[in-house]
Parts: sequence; C-alpha cells; structure tokens
Amino acid sequence: MPVIVFTRSTPDTAAKVDVDGSGNVTWGDAATVVNPWDEYALEEAILQAKNGAGKAVVVAIGAEMNNDALKHSLAMGLDEAIRVEDASLNATEGLAYATTAAAAVNKVGEVDLVIFGKESVDVGTDQHAYMTARKLGWTMLSYVSKILEVDYEAKTIKVEKMLEQGKQILTSTLPAVITVMKDINEPRYPSFIGIRKASKAQIPVWSLGDLGIDAPPKKTETTAFNNLPVKDIEVQMLEGEPEEQAAKLVEKLLEEKVL
Amino acid sequence: MSAVYVWVETFEGKANPTSWEALGAGSTLAKGFGVPLTALVFGENAQAVAEEAATYGAENVIVCGDATLNGFRLEPYAALLAKLVQDNAPKAVLAVGTSRARELLSASAADTDSGMLTEAIELSADGDVVKVVRPVYAGKLTADAQSSGEGTIFLTIRGRAFKANEPNAGASASVTTVDAVLAEGDIATKVESFEAEVGTVNLTDAAIIVSGGRGMANNPKDAPSDAADAAVWKAQDGYEHVLQPLADVLGAAVGASRASVDAGYIPYAHQVGQTGKTVAPDLYIACAISGAIQHQAGMRTSKVIVAINKDADAPIFKLANYGIVGDLYKVVPALTAELKKKLGK
Repeated sequence: MPVIVFTRSTPDTAAKVDVDGSGNVTWGDAATVVNPWDEYALEEAILQAKNGAGKAVVVAIGAEMNNDALKHSLAMGLDEAIRVEDASLNATEGLAYATTAAAAVNKVGEVDLVIFGKESVDVGTDQHAYMTARKLGWTMLSYVSKILEVDYEAKTIKVEKMLEQGKQILTSTLPAVITVMKDINEPRYPSFIGIRKASKAQIPVWSLGDLGIDAPPKKTETTAFNNLPVKDIEVQMLEGEPEEQAAKLVEKLLEEKVL
Repeated sequence: MSAVYVWVETFEGKANPTSWEALGAGSTLAKGFGVPLTALVFGENAQAVAEEAATYGAENVIVCGDATLNGFRLEPYAALLAKLVQDNAPKAVLAVGTSRARELLSASAADTDSGMLTEAIELSADGDVVKVVRPVYAGKLTADAQSSGEGTIFLTIRGRAFKANEPNAGASASVTTVDAVLAEGDIATKVESFEAEVGTVNLTDAAIIVSGGRGMANNPKDAPSDAADAAVWKAQDGYEHVLQPLADVLGAAVGASRASVDAGYIPYAHQVGQTGKTVAPDLYIACAISGAIQHQAGMRTSKVIVAINKDADAPIFKLANYGIVGDLYKVVPALTAELKKKLGK
C-alpha cells in the first residue's frame, strides 16, 4: 500500500524573480529546487513507507522542469516518481490541480496516506492540498507537526496539529491527506548513490487520458504578472550616539504616525 | 437570493478581529455586485457574534450554533458551507486567509466545483467578474487574476490589506438560523486535546514587529559557564531582555530571521520570510538582520521599515526608510528608554 507525496520544482529561494519585457516570469540562470516545504513531506513519506505503508511514490503535476524535483526526491530515497502533464491542463489553478491529483492517486490505487508540504512558494498557496482531499472524499489533516500513531490495518491516524493559538491532538480515519510542517522531521540529504541512481531514472509521464479524466473547466484566470513597484524612497540615516539616534528615530516615527 | 458571503471566523466564541476586515472588503464587493452582504457565523456564541457582525456592516447573518461546530473542524464546517453555497448560489464567499479560512474555503470550493483566488491584496467587481491582485513567488511578484464570472467565486484576502468598516453600534441585521449538515456520528475527526500556546503574539496580525537576526548573538553579556552553547544563550538572553522590552513598550510582536531560527536562537513560529511568515505591519524594526532576499520577501510591504545594523553595507538599508548604523545592544535599550519617555509609559 503506497504512500503518495506531491511535490513541485520552484525557483531557488535566493533567486531574484522578475517579469521580463514580454510579461513572462523569469529567474535568470538560477536553479530550481524542490519547493522548500515539500522536503518535509518527502522525508515523511520515506519514514511512513518504512513504517508500514509500503512504497513511497512521488508525483508532480506540471511541465518538464518538475523532473528536477522528482529526481531530487528519488535521490533522497523515494521509490518511484511520476509526472503528470497534459497540454489541456492548467495545473496552477487549484481546482484543476486537485482534480488531476485525485485521479493520479486513484490510478496508483490502494493508497491510505497522501502527504503535501504546508504550501508552495510559487504561484499557489495551499488550496491544492485541501481540494485534493475533498476530491478524493478523504479525511484532511492540515498543519501536522507530528504523526503520533498510524495504523494501516485499523485505518486510524493520530496527529499533532499546529494552530495559531496552540497545538491540538486529533484522531481520525484513513485514508487521509495531510499537510506537514517544518517541525515534523529533519529532511535527509540525497546520498551520492541516490543521486547517481536518480540521474539515470526514466520518469513516466501520465496524460489526463491516462488518468481517465478531461481537463476541468477553467474557473479562474491569471491575466498578468507584475514586478513590485520600486520603492522610491531613499533611506534616511540617523547619525550620532545611540541616545541621539534613538531620539531622532522616535521623532520620525511619531511624524509617520506609526506608533 | 444572491449575496456576498463573509465567513466570520471565531475562536472560543469570540470573533477573530481580522474577520471585520473581511466584512469591509465584502462590503465593497457586495456594492459592486448590487447584492446584500451576508455574514456566516458558526459555532459557540454564534448569536452574539452575529449581532457584532451587524455593527461591522453585515446586512444579513446566517448562524449555526450546533455543538458539532464548537471548535473548528473541517468536516462539519465545510459540509455546512458547501450546502449554503449550493442552496443559495452566492456571488462570492470571502474570508481573511487564516490557516482555517484557507482550508475551509478551499474545501467548500472543491465540493461545489467553484473557483478560488487566494491572498488578495486588492479586490474589485467588474460586471459578474471578480478581479484581484495577489502576491506570488513568496511576495517577489504580484499577479492579476480574475474569476470566470460564472457560479460562486471563493476568495481569501490577506490580513491587514483591507480596512474594516467603522462599527455602527445601532446597526442590526436579519438573522437566519440554519441546521448543521453533519451529525457528530458522521464526523471522523475528533479533538483529543488542545494545549494553548502562552504569550505568543500573532505576527501576521501585528501592527508593529520588532525582529532580531543572527547578530543577536553579539550580546555583550557573558554566558554562564554551564550554558550548553554560549552564542545561543547570548542570543536568547538578547531576545528576552533587549528586544522583548522594546516590543512590550510598542505593543509589538517579536520576529526573527531564518538565520537566527536555524541557529536555534528563537522558535520557528517567529520566523519572517519566504519559508516563514509574510507580514505587512505599519512599522517593522529589523535589528541585526542583513536582509537576505528571502527575508525581504516576507516583510518588504511593511509601511515603515527601520534597520539597525552594525554593517553600513547591509542590504536591509536599501529597503529601509530609516537606518541606524550601530550596535543593537546599545541602540535598542536607548530606543526603549526614549519611547517610554515619549509615550509616557
């Protein structure tokens, strides 16, 4: 019974992301990385596979650049990678992503646990994870900081969940989709052998036809990307001894009416 | 009847204050569409929160005070919201994008095959279409996005991006009570326990944030000989005895850079930046934070930015309105003392 984890390639967090003259998003020569939040999801999938789930399968939905994230996942120790791509699919839309993700889970079959990182750092946030759970009709457990118990025979799960106001212990039933927090584990680095193996791996690509679905109707549309307005302020440096600097700053902040 | 729905999020029977921002944004949208503004209040104390919602501009309120809705759980909340949307076909469902709201609205959008746009910082109605501006690539760019104009569009707005309506104490709303959709026996998820976190200030709601970076470890105090790690001790002591007093006098939340979180100086909950929280306070005071691009992504839309750093070439000064080149362990105590004097605290 495989555990499935979803991932994607995103621009390196240190990259400068810009909109070029033709309105396209570019990050120059910067590399793509595994979406930073997904590293915890990938590690958790490896741990859960060892913990009785069976094999760990990683899936990315989108263009070929996602192979980088999938190869990184294989190098970390995931057992299988699959990419879903279809010319008719706009995977940046939550509902389209979720419909596709749910179909991919069903095609792998006999899955009890699907893991997502807490959010993505590109154009999405976290809606695709919750929507996938609902499209599957499964339990959704978000912001999981610890899996306390999981019983693949009895189909039960017990987790610690982070809230803005504290921590909850929740019990629920499998199958379930979970999103995991940074605190849940310490993601491993890919091993040298893992990297060599991953570099040779042929990653199968599934179309929507392979999944037996049509492209979901488009409900939203992104019409343009924009660079942030240039902040046309010159920093005012406040000179003097610390006490003078502090007095000048407080005066400025009172003028700005932010205190 | 068509309407704009706003989910008023509650915790332990009290409205989350940022929910009133959602009613503010919802008013604009409802006027644009020419439809009434309807607040949704679920869970304990729903009736009282409904009355409060009226003062913030809700014309109608739909309440459900069923015991299954005490404390947020996705299954009963999403089932009820999806049913309300199916039965009444509102033009839009809107909420402030807290973790619960993002989860609830996403779930109900999926259940009703509706579109969803998240994290809006601008919002308008254009005919039947909702247009939004939303940050993408962790705040490095914005995107213009819009709904198709058919069906219901689910929207979350970023906290502090929209203003609440001025409360009108005399206002009242027409209140409709509805039944829950799921019974306790239909809900798989059970809450076994809850442990409140003490003394945390919610970074995303804070009007002022005081943040400390890796330079917090340059505390002139000597670490005790039994400290496991002198740098960690010095930084933690600095957060507690130098930054926190400044935060206290300002009523501010304490933030941190990734470098200081990774070094173990302060828990992850305080991290501002691309892999932490995105914040937009009125005032952001960055102490000993160099200003890596990932940190900038999380705080660059703050209204006024103050940088205090020993290194005059630190990138943070390119972003700041006011800069002080100096040692935070000298400047911050002076600033705290000056503020106490000027603010009469």
